Amino acid sequence: MKITHHLSDKLLMAYSAGTLPEAFNLVVATHISMCDECRARLAEFDAVGGALIEATETTTTMGSDALAATLARIKAGGPTERAVPAPRAGVLPQPLHDYVGGDVESVAWRSVGGGVKQAILRTSEHASARLLFIPGGAAVPDHGHRGTELTLVLQGAFADEHDRFGPGDIEIANEDLHHQPVAEPGVDCICLAATDAPLKFRAFLPRLAQPFLQI
Amino acid sequence: MFDALPQTDTARHRRDSVETLGVTGQVRCGVQGQTAVKNADGGKWAALVKRVADRQDADAFSEVFDHFAPRVKAFLMKSGADATLAEECAQDVMVTVWRKAAQFDPARASVATWVFTIARNRRIDMLRRDRRPEPEELTWGPEAEPDQLDALVLQQESARLTAAIAELPDKQRVMIERAYYGDLSHSEIAEETGLPLGTIKSRIRLALERLRHNLS
Repeated sequence: MKITHHLSDKLLMAYSAGTLPEAFNLVVATHISMCDECRARLAEFDAVGGALIEATETTTTMGSDALAATLARIKAGGPTERAVPAPRAGVLPQPLHDYVGGDVESVAWRSVGGGVKQAILRTSEHASARLLFIPGGAAVPDHGHRGTELTLVLQGAFADEHDRFGPGDIEIANEDLHHQPVAEPGVDCICLAATDAPLKFRAFLPRLAQPFLQI
Repeated sequence: MFDALPQTDTARHRRDSVETLGVTGQVRCGVQGQTAVKNADGGKWAALVKRVADRQDADAFSEVFDHFAPRVKAFLMKSGADATLAEECAQDVMVTVWRKAAQFDPARASVATWVFTIARNRRIDMLRRDRRPEPEELTWGPEAEPDQLDALVLQQESARLTAAIAELPDKQRVMIERAYYGDLSHSEIAEETGLPLGTIKSRIRLALERLRHNLS
């Protein structure tokens, strides 16, 4: 898989700091599962966090019995953990698999017209996440954005006036982008999308449909 | 903060490790004495965590505890916890350090970095912040171990990053601290972080390639 569109430093830093809304965390974790380049970049942002911990002023002290208390808790049990690599063969990387409760065949799709289907994933209210199914060759309604919208391709590909996005590629869109993505002919396109604001459609009909789409 | 011994001790250790591996010239000492000490320290913490993982060594653990527990507590307090809650959560973090010691991968993180990720996750629970799903795990498994030189160089590069961040202009360093203490939302984080990044990433990429090779 040749990934050409990656996460921004901004998103990686916020994911490392643990300050993104859940829906964005899910997109970032899923992209990193597919992209070693961003996995390594994340490790670097984690190293920045490590550097801050290392450089923290050391006037703060632990209570006098803290070590003994901690050792007692360790002794009292709780498992030591060994890492188990989880082999996976499917379209959905592990973090997304966990949210769906299975692979693509477990997704509870709802038709939104034109052959396009979506499934909203349960996340915190700070942002929303959904899976999109766009038949090969079909268009997603022309829309602009408020806030930030992340779209990660899991299968197939889509292109808009500006660029092409294949498996593993992530599109980061903001207010400035108005686009009409079209799925490439051939294999159906499946994407994970997250936004921290409702999308605004430019055409009249999709605007009416917006309450039903819940986006 | 540093013991009296490590500088000579670990300087020798570093030379040994490099000679053992038959590689010279790839591992450079820090330019300044300070950096050299910190570099040496990086390897020290990784070795201590390995003792905890391999032998449940309580002495090794208490050294790690003395260094990191107060730092984690300070980090949690700067993130908004009061002293009592931060103390309790710092203990939780250290319990996790013990239990997950075998998962620590010195080719991909320094101990400080690894402790940070555990503290970050504890903070998310503590402050009831948004859930943060983790990427798919990539681990060495029972048959393969991280490359020693990868690990050594990574520990040193992490120490250099720590030194470089300490030398950033105050204004920039404060922005980065605020981002990591949870004071900034993602939209408030600067587009250009200005951080001296790149070297660690290349090193980790190598480790990941070895790991992928091992997994396939």
